[in-house]
Amino acid sequence: MIRLFGILTGLFFAVAVLWSFGNGAFVAATEGLGEATAEKVFYEHPEELDLPSNGVFGTFDEAQLQRGYQVYKEVCSACHSLKFVAFRDLAQLGYDEGQIKAEAASFQVPGIDPATGEATTRPGLATDYFPSPYPNTVAAAAANNNAIPPDLSLITKARHDGSAYVHSLLTGYSEPPAELTQQFPNFTTPPGLNYNRYFPNLNIAMAPPLALDGQVTYGEGNPEPTVDQMATDVAAFLTWTAEPTLVKRRQTGFAVLGFVLFATILAYFAKQQVWAAVKPKKAAKAKD
Amino acid sequence: MSFPWAREYQPTNGLMKFLDEKLPLPRLIYGAIGAGYPVPRNLSYMWNFGVLAGFCLVMQIITGVVLAMHYAPNALVAFATTEHIMRDVNWGWLMRYAHANGASFFFVVVYLHIFRGFFYSSYKAPREMIWLLGVVIFLLMMATAFMGYVLPWGQMSFWGAKVITGLFGAIPLVGEPIQVWLLGGFAPDNAALNRFFSLHFLLPFVIAGVVILHIWALHIPGSSNPTGVEIKTEADTLPFHPYYTAKDGFGLGVFLLFFLGMVFFLPNFLGHPDNYIEANPLSTPAHIVPEWYFWPFYAILRAFTIDFFFIPAKLMGVLAMFAAILVWFFLPWLDKSPVRSGHYRPLFRIFFWILVVDMAVLFWLGGAAAEEPYVMFSQLATAYYFLHFLVILPIVSSIEKPKPLPYSITESVLGSDKDTAPAAAN
Ligand code: HEC
Ligand code: HEM
Repeated sequence: MIRLFGILTGLFFAVAVLWSFGNGAFVAATEGLGEATAEKVFYEHPEELDLPSNGVFGTFDEAQLQRGYQVYKEVCSACHSLKFVAFRDLAQLGYDEGQIKAEAASFQVPGIDPATGEATTRPGLATDYFPSPYPNTVAAAAANNNAIPPDLSLITKARHDGSAYVHSLLTGYSEPPAELTQQFPNFTTPPGLNYNRYFPNLNIAMAPPLALDGQVTYGEGNPEPTVDQMATDVAAFLTWTAEPTLVKRRQTGFAVLGFVLFATILAYFAKQQVWAAVKPKKAAKAKD
Repeated sequence: MSFPWAREYQPTNGLMKFLDEKLPLPRLIYGAIGAGYPVPRNLSYMWNFGVLAGFCLVMQIITGVVLAMHYAPNALVAFATTEHIMRDVNWGWLMRYAHANGASFFFVVVYLHIFRGFFYSSYKAPREMIWLLGVVIFLLMMATAFMGYVLPWGQMSFWGAKVITGLFGAIPLVGEPIQVWLLGGFAPDNAALNRFFSLHFLLPFVIAGVVILHIWALHIPGSSNPTGVEIKTEADTLPFHPYYTAKDGFGLGVFLLFFLGMVFFLPNFLGHPDNYIEANPLSTPAHIVPEWYFWPFYAILRAFTIDFFFIPAKLMGVLAMFAAILVWFFLPWLDKSPVRSGHYRPLFRIFFWILVVDMAVLFWLGGAAAEEPYVMFSQLATAYYFLHFLVILPIVSSIEKPKPLPYSITESVLGSDKDTAPAAAN
């Protein structure tokens, strides 16, 4: 009885889903598998980016993080906040207390006027977080063609291929290629948006932030600040902001895995020894 | 427990004697997972996953309780407190990564545990109750994991919650009021987040309770084994301790190597990048997908794309998704074959492996975009899924001619005395 009922139920679901399948197959046969769109054909996956923090043995390069921080501060911070990164965290990049205080003070953060109690701004303290340049999201959108510049603290974790994506995005601006306009005459880049082959819908509201070699002046002993170099450095910096504990995590991992491997080997021999007496002799053993 | 040769607990010192008289906890442990519990001597490593699942449950509770000390279930700050845990709490990143990946590994282990059950038809008499409780545990685990994923209040948290609670909206007439009641509003917000946190904290302890029943039920017939032949004599068994404690200890080590490798070196591999974006009700992600362990059921849900006569497609999908798990409850009665182990069931074994492939395909498609040709593949895979459990299994179990079974567990391990009788086919 229960099996009869089961068979009927099974047939019911199978027929219902095959009904959907038949419809889908009919549509696919008559209309093909969806149209090609400009986004599907011309969007590109980020190019690989070689950072010192890549790979299981990777570590942060302090000088590079400092350069990346400089790019963030002088360029990106005009539009993007880092709300989960405090100025005090810069100690991890090798800045000393005095430098950190000076960096913090160079940013204006929301505050309260002690005399009147009104909302105002004040220079940042080491314990403050990198602020947004806009008082609220409405102001941010109004200043950026209706797009809100996202907080960058976690951006390299919030996109596939994080740091490679940031680097490719910053260096991926161009005019729409001629083949695109031929193939998709309806495709346009509206005024205020910018063509970028690494951005999923190809038109991004962020104007190319790194447009000129030498836009940021690096100190003595650093590489030339080409657009590519600046993009690489800021991608490295944003890898750090997304996960300051990255290197510590891997180092801890090696110690822990080493210990567990050792314990597992011991456990294996312990198991062999315990079982030795009851294991059948090889010759008599039959496989189950 | 019911084996007459099970060793009895003998307290060896004064303290243990005292305890044994007042509260025989040591006796309970001894009989449950100590030398007083006889276990088939031929269990393979497939029998390690129950203990590993228990380990995962304990680990999830410990890491979860620590996380709850630093997390705030409020839509305004939930995302920020999660980042606070990652950045400012000592070893907070380890707790969070261990908890998030721990959920995934819990499901890995439980899926293996369930498929072990499929292959050896561990669900058959006399172990139906163990199996039924297992399915209850699985349902509770899914609810717990779903609500846990909402807590960090990222984009996938929010939209996942919206889509899944939206399923209740497919119920005719009462669907929408139920959805609003479940969420405490029209969309996931503070009310939903608060109740999800409360339930996410509660349910693991409910699971722990059901696990105790599961193991209690297990101890009545004892474990099955790779031959599926029941225990006949003491020679067929070994005491759980030290034999299986040693084997489980080694298994735990191997498990930890995989698990910790993931936690320390690829902690975000199983997650979705969008969950590092704070929830935003105004911006819908391009692809909304649940966590990987829901993918087979998500694929089944999405496979129903057009109305089936008077049943709307969405309702069909929801019914099928729940039915896909509920059929497991009926397995002990759908599979009539008197032989348990798949090793001795040539026909069944073929279909078992087809089911494994089918599940793998559903896993893949549940995570893929809802586009053709993926949708068509998932429709075929869904059809097979239901046919397998509800049609093929009952028929195979009545037409199949099983291979000869070994006389006993001992014979299968040590070989038969008589040269003529093959100990165990396969
Ligand atoms: C003039 C303001 C402005 C500056 C300067 C700026 N950005 Fe942006 N950025 C934006 C806006 C606006 C968006 C949102 C774009 C959209 O959604 O179309 C954005 C988006 C982004 C995104 C996310 C793209 C995505 O996938 O959604 C990244 C990454 C980014 N910016 C990085 C940077 C970096 C790194 C810098 C510094 C080198 C920088 N931006 C400088 C305005 C700016
Ligand atoms: C929190 C999750 C779970 C825990 C802690 C758990 C624990 C255990 C343990 C310790 C055993 C004995 C060792 C073994 O056979 O591996 C066992 C056996 C068993 N479990 Fe589970 N289990 C869980 C979930 C499930 C689920 C979801 C199912 C099925 C849907 C299930 C079905 C079974 C069956 C049928 C047995 C008996 C197997 C046999 O003897 O052949 N369990 N479980």
